[in-house]
Amino acid sequence: MSHTQILANTPQQRGLNFARLLGLSLLTGLALCAVMGPELIGIDPARQSLMHTLQSPSAAHWLGTDHLGRDMLARLLSGAQLSLSLAALSVFTAAVPGTLMGILASWRGGWTDRILTLFADAVLALPGLLLVLMLAAISPGSWWALYAGLSLTLWVEYFRYTRQRSRVILSEPSVEASRLLGFGAVHIVKRHLLPEIGPGLLTIAAFGAATAVTAVAALGFVSVGIRPPTAEWGVMMTQLLPYWREAPFLILQPVLCLVLTVLALHLSVGVRKPA
Amino acid sequence: MIRSSVFWSAVAGRTSQAVLVAVVVGVVSFCMMQALPGDAAYRIAAGRYGYDMMDAASAAIVRIELGLDQPTSVQLLNWLGSLAQLDLGKSAVTGNRVTEELSVQLGHSLLLAGAGVVVSLLIAVPIGVAAGLRPGGIVDRISLGASIVLRAVPAFALGVLLMLALAVHMKLLPVAGFQSPKHLILPALTLGLGLAAVSSRVVRDAVCDAMSAEWRMFSRTKGLSRWQTLRRHVLRNAALPVVAYVGVQLAYVIEGVVIVESIFSWPGIGHALVHAIFGRDVAMVQGTALALGLLYVLLNLLIDLSCQGIDPRRRAIA
Repeated sequence: MSHTQILANTPQQRGLNFARLLGLSLLTGLALCAVMGPELIGIDPARQSLMHTLQSPSAAHWLGTDHLGRDMLARLLSGAQLSLSLAALSVFTAAVPGTLMGILASWRGGWTDRILTLFADAVLALPGLLLVLMLAAISPGSWWALYAGLSLTLWVEYFRYTRQRSRVILSEPSVEASRLLGFGAVHIVKRHLLPEIGPGLLTIAAFGAATAVTAVAALGFVSVGIRPPTAEWGVMMTQLLPYWREAPFLILQPVLCLVLTVLALHLSVGVRKPA
Repeated sequence: MIRSSVFWSAVAGRTSQAVLVAVVVGVVSFCMMQALPGDAAYRIAAGRYGYDMMDAASAAIVRIELGLDQPTSVQLLNWLGSLAQLDLGKSAVTGNRVTEELSVQLGHSLLLAGAGVVVSLLIAVPIGVAAGLRPGGIVDRISLGASIVLRAVPAFALGVLLMLALAVHMKLLPVAGFQSPKHLILPALTLGLGLAAVSSRVVRDAVCDAMSAEWRMFSRTKGLSRWQTLRRHVLRNAALPVVAYVGVQLAYVIEGVVIVESIFSWPGIGHALVHAIFGRDVAMVQGTALALGLLYVLLNLLIDLSCQGIDPRRRAIA
C-alpha cells in the first residue's frame, strides 16, 4: 500500500543489492529458527517455574525467564513458529485464489469481472486491520478465525494487480499469435502471463506477510487475538509490560523479534535506489 | 460545468463505497451475533426482565417478537434493514444507545487523528525538504535509513517503546489517560512518527522533482534568489503530491487510531471497538466499526475534493 515510496516495486528498480541480500538472509535465518528452534532447544514454552521468575540471561535460560518463570527463548521461538506459519498460510491462501480470480476477471470480462470487482471493492471499503479485527471477532481467540480474516483481507491485492496487468498483457500481439497457433488458456497463462506478473506478486506476498505478522501481534497485544497462555509476541508484550522496571530487557525481546521480522520482509523486496 | 461533473463523480464513487462499508459491517456483525454462544432469545429476555424473572415463556415471546424463529436469511435482511434506518441499537454492556456513545467518542478520535497528521507533517516536511534539496546527501541517506527502520516498527510496538522511554523512564509525560492536553502528546507522537516514516520520503521526492524541473531553472535564470524560488515555486508545487498522499495514508490513520487509542486508554471510537470485541457487545462493535468505516470514506472524499481544489489540472480531466 504505502510502501511504494521507500521500497522498490519493480524488478528494474530492484537488483540484488546489499539491502535485499540482508533482508533475504535475515528472513531465512528467522524461518530456520521458527522451523527447527523449538525442537533444538527442547524446552517446553509453557513450563512454569515460580521459583525462577524474571531472571536475567544465564546458561540455563539463554534469554532469561518471564514473570511465571517460563523460558523466554522457548517462548520467542514458539511465537515465531506461530506468527510465521500463520503469515505464510494466509498469504498462500490469499495469493492463489486472488491471482486466479484476477486472471478470470480479465479473461472473461463482462459480468464475471463486475461481480469479482464488487467483492474486491467491498473488502477494500474498510481499512484492512479493521476488517481483520471484525472477522477475527466472530470467534475470538481462535487460530482459524484469525487465519480466515487475514486471507479474506489479503486476497484483494493479488486480484487487483493481476486483473490490471493481465488486461494489458492479454491484448498483446504475442498472446494473439499464441491463440492463433491454437495454444490453450493454460499455455497462455503459464508462458505469457505468469513470467510477467510473477515478480510483482512476490512483492505483494512479502508485504502481505508483513501485514499478517503485524496484525497477529497487534490483535494479541490488545487482547482480541490469540489468547494467553499461547506464546505469541503481541500477547507476550502485554504480559511483560507491567514488569518493565524489574526486567526491562524482557519486553524488548518480543518487540525486537517483531521488528526484525517485518524489516526482513520489507528489505527482501529491495530498497529503491535514491535517484 | 466540467468542474461540477468531476465533483459529482468523486461524490458518487465515495457514496457507493459508504454503502459497501455499511453492508460489510452489517453482515460481519450479524455473523458475530449468530456465533455468540447460547440461545439469543434467552439472552435478550434475560437482559430485559432480569435473570430471575426470565423463563421459557418470556423467551418464546421475545423469539416471536424479534423474528428469531425465522430463517437466517430473513433475519439477515431484517438486520440490514434496521441498519439502513440508522437504528444501531443499544450497547449490551452500558445499556446506552450506541449513537449516544459514538457522539461522545467521535470528537476524541478526530482530535487524535488530526493531531497525528499534524505531527507527521511537522516531522516529515522539514526533513523531506532538507533531503530533497540534496539528493544522495547525508540528510537524505540518514532519513532513508530511519524511514526503513521506523516503517518496520508496528504502531503498537512504537507506542509501547515511546511510553516506556518518555513516560515511564524519563517521566516527561503522563503514561495514559485523558485529563490534560499533555495526555495527547504521546498518542499523537506515536501516530505521527509512523506516518512521517513514509511521508517524509514523499516530500523528498516531490521537492527533488520540483528542483530539477525546467520552470525552476527558469525562475533562477530570471533572477529570483534561491530562497524565493524555493518558497514561491518549489514548495507550492511539492505540496500537491503531499496532500494527495495524506489520502493514501488514511487507512493507516484509521488503523493507527484503533491501536494507539487502546494502548494509551484514549476514550475514542477505536478504544471502544476493541473493548466491545473483548466484551462481545455486538451492537457496539457494529456501531464503532460503522463509524470508523464511514469516517474513512468521508475523509477520503475530502482529500479527493481538496486535490481538485489545489490542482486546476485535475478539474479539467472529465
